[in-house]
Amino acid sequence: MAWQQPMDGSHASGSKAAAAVADGPGTQRTQYPYVTGSSIIALKYKDGVIMASDTGASYGSTLRYKSVERIKAVGKHSLIGASGEFSDFQEILRYLDELTLSDHMWDDGNSLGPKEVHSYLTRVMYNRRNKFDPLWNSLVIGGVKKGPKGEEKYLGMVNMIGTHFEENHIATGFGNHMAIPILRTEWREDMTFEEAVKLVEKCLLVLLYRDRSSINKFQIAKITTEGATIYPPYSLKTYWGFAAFENPAQGAVGSW
Amino acid sequence: MSRRGDWVYENNGGTCVAIAGADYCVVAADTRLSVGYNILTRDHSKICELADKCALASSGFQGDIKALHKNLAARELLYQHQHNKRMSCPAMAQLLSNTLYYKRFFPYYAFNVLGGLDSEGKGCVFTYDAVGSYERTGYSAQGTGSALIMPVLDNQLKSPSPLLLPARDAVTPLSETEAVDLVKDVFASATERDIYTGDKLEIVVINKAGTKREYIDLRKD
Amino acid sequence: MSSIGTGYDLSVTTFSPDGRVFQVEYAGKAVDNSGTVVGIKCKDGIVLGVEKLVTSKMILKGSNRRLHSVHRHSGLAVAGLAADGRQIVSRAKSEAASYEKVYGEPMPVKELADRVASYVHLCTLYWWLRPFGCGVILGGYDRDGPQLYMIEPSGLSYKYFGAALGKGRQAAKTEIEKLNLSELTCREGIVEVAKIIYGVHDEAKDKDFELELSWVCDESKRQHEKVPDDLVEQAKAAAQAALEEMDAD
Repeated sequence: MAWQQPMDGSHASGSKAAAAVADGPGTQRTQYPYVTGSSIIALKYKDGVIMASDTGASYGSTLRYKSVERIKAVGKHSLIGASGEFSDFQEILRYLDELTLSDHMWDDGNSLGPKEVHSYLTRVMYNRRNKFDPLWNSLVIGGVKKGPKGEEKYLGMVNMIGTHFEENHIATGFGNHMAIPILRTEWREDMTFEEAVKLVEKCLLVLLYRDRSSINKFQIAKITTEGATIYPPYSLKTYWGFAAFENPAQGAVGSW
Repeated sequence: MSRRGDWVYENNGGTCVAIAGADYCVVAADTRLSVGYNILTRDHSKICELADKCALASSGFQGDIKALHKNLAARELLYQHQHNKRMSCPAMAQLLSNTLYYKRFFPYYAFNVLGGLDSEGKGCVFTYDAVGSYERTGYSAQGTGSALIMPVLDNQLKSPSPLLLPARDAVTPLSETEAVDLVKDVFASATERDIYTGDKLEIVVINKAGTKREYIDLRKD
Repeated sequence: MSSIGTGYDLSVTTFSPDGRVFQVEYAGKAVDNSGTVVGIKCKDGIVLGVEKLVTSKMILKGSNRRLHSVHRHSGLAVAGLAADGRQIVSRAKSEAASYEKVYGEPMPVKELADRVASYVHLCTLYWWLRPFGCGVILGGYDRDGPQLYMIEPSGLSYKYFGAALGKGRQAAKTEIEKLNLSELTCREGIVEVAKIIYGVHDEAKDKDFELELSWVCDESKRQHEKVPDDLVEQAKAAAQAALEEMDAD
């Protein structure tokens, strides 16, 4: 993922390059992100969609914020989760709040569902990349809403340049490498919430072990016909006593 | 514009093929969406039915492709309202060319094959580059697997040389079912060697009876 | 209005010799002739009710709304020219939205009422503007609890326990005064408002009307919204029953 580029953390402080470059008089454009959140894990299950992430946000290699919500509810039917630049995510939340506010004020019984929110964000992200002034995020949108075919579950994502798609399970950032293989083998459409939590925790734990920027404070959220629930943060039990963790080179036999 | 970074584009891969016959046209594309070595999803349609006798298959950058498809679909709707009829495939072909060239200096990263029936009911295929140059042919392949597929089509369909005088018809001599089978074969073959092609094949067949969609599985590795 | 045609009523920038601005008073007439609009402050929130006169049988039910939401926490009821009212609503919405954008919290109702009143008043200060032909009742819920304001075409704005505008305002105010507003809940309030609206409706003079009801209260999670359909139906039934009882006496 492009926003994960500052892996060495060089952009964070000592770098001579500016994060935003002046582009003629009066305008500036984001060149790379400042404060970034890591992976989002999301999957459909029996009653809706479950989404999970840690609550950290990094400034280069510094863990700058340890307790931020990167999953939020949008209206009555959707959840949004974000990786990447945290300030851009908050700006996106302001855009979405504008939409849900006008939905409320119409008070005509219509409301935006996850499909509409996803489509909207898709256009926002793509239009900003067309101005070479991107919102530096990977966004995941999940939700449930009554459609022509009854209750319809929805899960989609969009990245900073506007690539977007729907899937049964989605993981952004490092999760795309570490969690997707787990999800592909273990995911089922008819999982119960408890099973889904277990699967999501398995992914989060792998990410905690292997993603340097992830932290052991997680949040799980679900969206069903009953609405959105964002659970309070909690920690997972870790075990660092594996031989491979204590002496990673032990099993390595190579010719060089 | 000069400081445009490489981050504005992404190649999401995929292969598109279209074959025209005397009274039909086959448009096909795989449904894999990738970036680098990652598969984003195995079920993403690259084909857009723009009019009743006109389907567009595109590979390249998914964001641009969706924007292009939406743009063309909206233009087709305006055309319906203004002219009280659906747009013909050759008209759409010209429109697509103009649309691509309009963004000549910040191109849509999209490789398109447009297939359908012309106003006489004959199959037609139009093939493009990213900035709008195009040609009417009898068959074409675009996208990441095109280098593997195009020579096979050349070999199997033996299109008459465009240098011949008087010009000969470019439509293929195959029957509709033969063409569909050929499409299945070339995709199965491309899937073997192209990492960006696979998962599922979506085939749209257009003839005078209308349009039908068909899917077959491809290798998922 | 004996002073009509004395030449001092053509502009909002001309006072009459006895210190009146006739154009503003005429705007008030537009409000006085409108269907009745009622707002009450109950124990736990605000109830707004409108007697929306339906001018034609062919008008779709629910159209030409006179009750509008302004942001999440407040609502506006319009008496007088509905189109002028929408202009006020639109200004109120943008004031509330910009306040929240700047300060990150919902706009206090008092502040909102002041801003709307300033806007209404502004239109009475220039010769190239016409005063609004409508009065509005603004109800909202903020951290200081539920509040009710009424803003007149002159730009006057007062805070009320209960307010009424339009044809039946006098009778409505008399009825509101009989209510024990400090003990009344909104759930009971909607029935009272319905009774008042049905009571002041002049069957002989006026055509059909539609009852519009909205509330902001704890039950609506402090959000301004239409009163749910089932409660409206209950309130209507209670109001009609009360009417029949009165007729029987």
